[in-house]
Amino acid sequence: MQNSPNIPVQPNCPDRRRTQNAVVIWCRDKLARYIFLAVAFSATASLLLIALFILKEGVPFIIKVGLKSFLLSSEWNPAAEKFGIYPMIIASLWVTLGAMLIGAPLGVAGAIFLTQFVPRSIMRIIKPMIELLAGIPSVVYGFMGVMVLAPFIRNYLGGPGLSLLAGSIILGVMVLPTVISISTDAINAVPKTYLEGALALGATRWQSVHMVILKAARSGIIASIILAMGRAVGETMAVIMVAGNAVRIPHSALDPVRTLTANIALEMGYATGLHRQALFATGVVLFVVVMILNSLAIAAMKRKTGN
Amino acid sequence: MSNPFVSQTPRMTIRNLDLFYGTFQALKQVNLLVQINRITALIGPSGCGKSTLLRCLNRMNDLIPGVRVTGDVLLDSQSIYGSDMDVCRLRKRVGMVFQRPNPFPLSVRDNVAFGLRVAGITRKNQLQEVVERSLRAAWLWEQLKDRLDSPALSLPMDQQQRLCVARLLAVEPEVILMDEPCSALDPISTGKIEDLMLELREQYTIVIVTHNMQQAARISDLSGCMLLGDMIEFGPTGNIFTNPADKRTQDYISGRYG
Ligand SMILES: Nc1ncnc2c1ncn2[C@@H]1O[C@H](COP(=O)(O)OP(=O)(O)OP(=O)(O)O)[C@@H](O)[C@H]1O
Ligand SMILES: [Mg+2]
Repeated sequence: MQNSPNIPVQPNCPDRRRTQNAVVIWCRDKLARYIFLAVAFSATASLLLIALFILKEGVPFIIKVGLKSFLLSSEWNPAAEKFGIYPMIIASLWVTLGAMLIGAPLGVAGAIFLTQFVPRSIMRIIKPMIELLAGIPSVVYGFMGVMVLAPFIRNYLGGPGLSLLAGSIILGVMVLPTVISISTDAINAVPKTYLEGALALGATRWQSVHMVILKAARSGIIASIILAMGRAVGETMAVIMVAGNAVRIPHSALDPVRTLTANIALEMGYATGLHRQALFATGVVLFVVVMILNSLAIAAMKRKTGN
Repeated sequence: MSNPFVSQTPRMTIRNLDLFYGTFQALKQVNLLVQINRITALIGPSGCGKSTLLRCLNRMNDLIPGVRVTGDVLLDSQSIYGSDMDVCRLRKRVGMVFQRPNPFPLSVRDNVAFGLRVAGITRKNQLQEVVERSLRAAWLWEQLKDRLDSPALSLPMDQQQRLCVARLLAVEPEVILMDEPCSALDPISTGKIEDLMLELREQYTIVIVTHNMQQAARISDLSGCMLLGDMIEFGPTGNIFTNPADKRTQDYISGRYG
């Protein structure tokens, strides 16, 4: 063991204990390396396995039914073997869009407020609290939606209450922590010299913010919105609780809708055969959408560091 | 010593200025007159308060929490720390060039037009006119006239610094403050900025902080030497460098401080 080429034996250190210690440290080092490698590998591997599993279950179905009729037909009737997810795609798109219309402006405004108009000391308290909001289980958000938001919409705007609008509002609130947190980081990463330069030219604080700082932080802010979109597309529980779950193309924001995720969650429990495969195929569609959104977010963030 | 100030009313007057960062006193009873169409240099060892003094002249120190200022700074005999002073207006009249070039991450054109946009001017041809005039005044027009839409951050350092000067000239300030404007530049680019300053002196009043004795001697008309927050000597640059009245000034100029 002592002649092992990997152990640096100091020639002017004949002390045996010292050499033994080196061996122990070396072994521990190697062990730690392998453990971390194994953990990192298994995380990646399980991700890959999940993807493969969904593809294996879903893709044959899509091939059999045909992509076009699967995506673009409006009739979802598993009993009659009709599997068109078009209404659900439309519902997912509208709910996500609505959530972004609410969450993105509010979130970015919140980030601007936190970074520019609130003292540092207070921001250091508020920001972790906002990030904590991301940890509230979505069923709690859904519960609030059912108890407070849906009756409000029913009473003041009409319709059944459980609706596209309710889903959008709840999701818009749920993605706020993501938007605020990442946008705040992006704005804080803008060099202070930009702000100084703008103020020194006689700009007001607000002019400096929207003419320089937001431009400099733009890619990070865009990334935060895209990531939030990913969350909104994938969110399930809260949407099931507040969106009404009717399989049909909505004609107004007050109509009840069923999103792709809600459809999978609602029917997976009893689906068998072709029906089950159709749900997996729905998963494939979601998977692709979320992958595209995440790649866009990564590309947006890369562009920032690229310049 | 003859008084170099008698014939002129100063553009800025600094009177008994004290500045505290929390409890630390960075400026002690500083007095200074900034003459119109002259270059005034502030010299002194590191940490003596040159930047702090400069930033008092356009109230950039307001950005630092815990700063307290007493005494007075007059711009054309109006107190800039008075309650009727509009800070944005002040900073348009007293502009600043920073140590590290800090053009915005925008195009060359948008950088120069920034000050006008801030003032609410949006007319295309007026902007274009000012952009050209300012870039010409900063000797950048010939190099950049075909690249007005390229990002300012892609320019070499010295062009970035002159772009910052151009950006400032666009708002037509009366006083230009420069805090070690050449410290990030090589000697050739430094020479260009110095020549530019000598030309700008015809129309503007310039205050420059510098660590470079030769630079102060080359370009400035008046110099103030500071030490530990005190203005230990102020007068015509020739006098300061050849015949300083204060022993400490002489020590500093001959390189006995850092
Ligand atoms: N924001 C601040 N808070 C507390 N102390 C500060 C602050 N800025 C500067 N100081 C202190 O005030 C003193 C003067 O600083 P200043 O930056 O004005 O020196 P300077 O003469 O410009 O030095 P240099 O030549 O290194 O730029 C220094 O002792 C510095 O430590
Ligand atoms: Mg300094």
